[in-house]
Amino acid sequence: MRARQWARDLAMGARFAFTGGREGWVRVLLTAVGVGLGVALLLLTTAIPSALNVRHEREEARLDYTYSSKRVPKADDTFVIADTDTVFRDKDVRGRLVEPEGPRAPLPPGLATYPAPGEMAVSPALKELLASDGAKLLRERLPYRISATIGESGLIGSRELAYYAGAEGLAAKIDGSRVARIDAYGDPNPTPSETDPVLVLLVLVVFVVLLMPVAVFIAAAVRFGGERRDRRLAALRLVGSDSGMTRRIAAGEALAGALLGLVLGTVFFLIGRQVAGSVEVLGTSVFPSYLNPSPLLAVLVAVAVPAAAVLVTLFALRGVVIEPLGVVRTARPARRRLWWRLLLPLGGLVLLYPMIGQGRNNGNFNQYLVTGGVILILVGITALLPWIVEAVVARLGSGAVAWQLAVRRLQLSSGTAARMVNGIAVAVAGAIALQMLFAGVQGDYTKNSTNDLTRAQMQVGLPHGYPLAMAAEKFRETKGVGKVIALSGDYIGDRRRDPEHTTQVTIGDCTALREVATLPACHDGDVFVLRGGEYDTDTPTLATAGRKMYFDPSYGDSPGAATPWTVPAHLKQAQSIDDPTGVRRGGFLLTPSALPGTAKSVRGQIYLSLDESVTDVREYVRNTSAGIDTTVDPMVWAATQQARKFTSIRTGLFVGATCVLALIGASLLVSQLEQLRERRKLLSSLVAFGTRRRTLGLSVLWQTAVPIALGLLLASVVGLALGAVLLRMTRVPVVVDWASVLAMTGIGAAIVLVVTLLSMPPLMRLMRADGLRTE
Amino acid sequence: MNAPAGSLLSADQLRKAYGPTVALDGAAFSIHSGEVVAVMGPSGSGKSTLLHCLAGIVPPDSGSITYDGRELATMSDAERSALRRSDFGFVFQFGQLVPELTCVENVALPLRLNGTSRKQAERAALGWMERLEVDDLKGKRPGEVSGGQGQRVAVARALVTEPRVLFADEPTGALDSLNGERVMVLLTDAARSTNAAVVLVTHEARVAAYSDREIVVRDGRSRDMERAV
Amino acid sequence: MSIGHTLLGLLESGPRHGYDLKRAFDEKFGHDRPLHYGQVYSTMSRLLKHGLVEVDGIEAGGGPERKRYAITDAGITDVEHWLATPEKPEEYLQSTLYTKVVLALHTHRDAADILDTQRAEHLRSMRVLTDRKRKGDLADQLICDHALFHLEADLRWLELTAARLDKLREAVAK
Repeated sequence: MRARQWARDLAMGARFAFTGGREGWVRVLLTAVGVGLGVALLLLTTAIPSALNVRHEREEARLDYTYSSKRVPKADDTFVIADTDTVFRDKDVRGRLVEPEGPRAPLPPGLATYPAPGEMAVSPALKELLASDGAKLLRERLPYRISATIGESGLIGSRELAYYAGAEGLAAKIDGSRVARIDAYGDPNPTPSETDPVLVLLVLVVFVVLLMPVAVFIAAAVRFGGERRDRRLAALRLVGSDSGMTRRIAAGEALAGALLGLVLGTVFFLIGRQVAGSVEVLGTSVFPSYLNPSPLLAVLVAVAVPAAAVLVTLFALRGVVIEPLGVVRTARPARRRLWWRLLLPLGGLVLLYPMIGQGRNNGNFNQYLVTGGVILILVGITALLPWIVEAVVARLGSGAVAWQLAVRRLQLSSGTAARMVNGIAVAVAGAIALQMLFAGVQGDYTKNSTNDLTRAQMQVGLPHGYPLAMAAEKFRETKGVGKVIALSGDYIGDRRRDPEHTTQVTIGDCTALREVATLPACHDGDVFVLRGGEYDTDTPTLATAGRKMYFDPSYGDSPGAATPWTVPAHLKQAQSIDDPTGVRRGGFLLTPSALPGTAKSVRGQIYLSLDESVTDVREYVRNTSAGIDTTVDPMVWAATQQARKFTSIRTGLFVGATCVLALIGASLLVSQLEQLRERRKLLSSLVAFGTRRRTLGLSVLWQTAVPIALGLLLASVVGLALGAVLLRMTRVPVVVDWASVLAMTGIGAAIVLVVTLLSMPPLMRLMRADGLRTE
Repeated sequence: MNAPAGSLLSADQLRKAYGPTVALDGAAFSIHSGEVVAVMGPSGSGKSTLLHCLAGIVPPDSGSITYDGRELATMSDAERSALRRSDFGFVFQFGQLVPELTCVENVALPLRLNGTSRKQAERAALGWMERLEVDDLKGKRPGEVSGGQGQRVAVARALVTEPRVLFADEPTGALDSLNGERVMVLLTDAARSTNAAVVLVTHEARVAAYSDREIVVRDGRSRDMERAV
Repeated sequence: MSIGHTLLGLLESGPRHGYDLKRAFDEKFGHDRPLHYGQVYSTMSRLLKHGLVEVDGIEAGGGPERKRYAITDAGITDVEHWLATPEKPEEYLQSTLYTKVVLALHTHRDAADILDTQRAEHLRSMRVLTDRKRKGDLADQLICDHALFHLEADLRWLELTAARLDKLREAVAK
């Protein structure tokens, strides 16, 4: 009986929500969009773990283990595979040359047959890229005919660029690193992927931070409608519904929005899933089919969201007495107390405290404590902000008329003002904390490289034994390449097997050698011994004329060529200087003809300085490299090498936070307009008095700006505190990332401006005297 | 018809339409300093529109409005606003006090819009509130005072700048007779003491009886009842 | 208005001379139309005849205005009865104005002009009353208000008729 009563009242409320005219629709729609975004985010959250699992499994399944010291003998189930990964305009291309050696050679996942020599199977994304206009250079690099497409099971993302090309005579190139003979795909000793606890922390916090403002927004959204709803509720009382019924009907209106939100959320999620298939984030993409939320969690979302909407409305109406002749807010709400509001964030800190310093050394973060702590701290903002707004606004003096109007209005309804800003404050605080955490952790993951970018911008490692001069010549002829520094290098030992002392040798012509040392005079055939090399202790003992040294000595059971070389009598001295990689070399410098022709183990390194004005200059270099050998993968130098995923996560977070803020801005705008409409007559009468538009516009601006400024201030303080705590948890020195603090508060401020600007045209329209017309 | 000699504010051949609705169709008007003129007529006859045009709140589609020798109909919005701030005062049916400002702040508002300092403006405001017998309400907000009191605060607000023309649009429309009469007595007394002209829009004859002269608006046309006799 | 009852009522507070009665009446009720001594004399003799008053004493010099009257018990009962009996609401069904308007329509004269002229006249009266009200005491205000409300009612009728003149013209033409 009671349940039926409830259901009937809620249903009636839901009906009112849709029949409330344009106003009603707008309200329901906004609530629904807010709830919908939240639901989509929730569903995505529940789907991400499974998506990552699938990716991980696929990746394991296609692994070709080339770094193996075990030599597999040729058989009818073996194949030779070469890693020819390359990069095209900052995009990684996974490349493999394959050569089956017998009919039973296993096929890589996603392939039906091995491509014949000169042919290749490509991923759909690569096929698309190769067919595009700008990919001429990549087509030159991959001169194979496309004969097949790699199936989904062989790819870890829809946008992955990958190919398998058939080859011949690969066996000769087997080197235990990039080319190998194997008999199976997949990791022979699979290990459960161990997630970095810091990463877990990051993921947890990201979701809390993005979901919290949405929750706050939903709480605010179900309260849209203000006076019009009040009048409707009062009318219901007048025709005889009791107080409880009226509340349930009001809750029913919110429920309608929430239910519509669930539908929208599902649609958003499905769209998002499809979109996820066509976009690339963090250089990775996923297939839509990966994103399947766990059914249990999905059901939980479907039940919890509408229930929350009903509860929030009932909670919001607790201080409201709905009488037949109007709605009375309980006279003057008791002065807001500070102590319990402070308890929330302090409680959050207490929860996080035990985990301080656990970040490194594979410490463990208790997921519940982290989530609970972060939520409490962020919820604390929504509790503290109304108090702060009330306290500050009460003390604001009255200045100019616009200011006076705004301040007085805020004094009269500081709660409404604070509620509107809560969402923004939570979003900004969360984002600041996260950006700080990322910046800190990223500093940890970023290595400052010593490479001297003024001397070279790319480095190409040549295959063993490839003639250095020939390679240098090829690069000199490459478009966009300026100076070419060609140096070979190797280590030599004092014994044929298991040497006791080893030292470095660098081989190059005189010009090239001058890049690593100051040479007095230099002619081909000269040998120098270096002074001032880093970590170079053996050279003084080894640099005695007539001493026998060996290139490529044997170690243990791995045999080497052990090409002998004798330290010549005429050793010249040279002073080591920073080489292009920023290192001071030690050991010997050899001019080309001083190197024994039989030494095959030396490996050439080419350092290239590029003319950046030539577009795709790096692609020309890569093509030249591929012409030397397909397994050559040139390196592009950057001043710092940064874990790329953090940059993109930070960008993603930034975008996410901006979207959340924009959403809240939209709701701010709606309530702003609603309020303006309710005050139409008053505004018109103020205009009649000759009030300048500027004055009214400014008062609207102040009215929004003051609470937002307070909100942003609180958000910055809480955000910085939370960020500091999180950094302490990961044992990273606390550094304030002022740039992101400024960026996030800047976005918050921009939203105020935009909201004010957008409410100006309607304000101007309302201020036309038509508002005074009564008939 | 030319503006009668010596009139402070006069209008002739006013036309104004809101979309397809013709509100004024050739209305005329004139008022002297110190004169109270009632504008009467059935609802929808265009009397409020006449007031809005005379006060420079809306420009007429055609016709002329002369105030103190200046043509109002062709003034820019900014000029008209400035004129309203300095020379005109307004009382509306529902007071239209700013709910979040206290009564004294409400009364002081027009002065502050003119740039008077807060202190001076509020002192002057209090003086007018005394004259309208509402000085005891100074610290209250409009929501806390009765309709009659609120309307008297509104009259004080309209008079605080000592306007040369006071526009009153159904000033007693929301009040009972007793409060209405009190407001009318105070309003006309105060206006006479500053020699202000009062344009009084009303549909109540008893309110109109406080005027010196009446004009009836019917279907957008005005009729001066004195001249009719 | 019944002058007899009014005078009786005035006597209830104590015996008065005729001229005293007239002055009291004029002061309280007769702003517009002061009583003639003749009226007082004729009324008092009628009341005397009906036994509602009696002569309390006569001042030297004689004349009806020199008589002092006092109310009798029957007189008090009569006043009480008069006060307790509601007045019959007056309905001006035979309004001169209505007649004028219909005649004007009938003879194709401008009825609106008649209405407007009347309207201006009414308002003029109302203005005079309002002015008097502002300057007078509470009694003045009440008396004027009574008149004002009646005039206002007339004025409303004038307005309504003006608004319905076209329909009335049709009805008259039939």
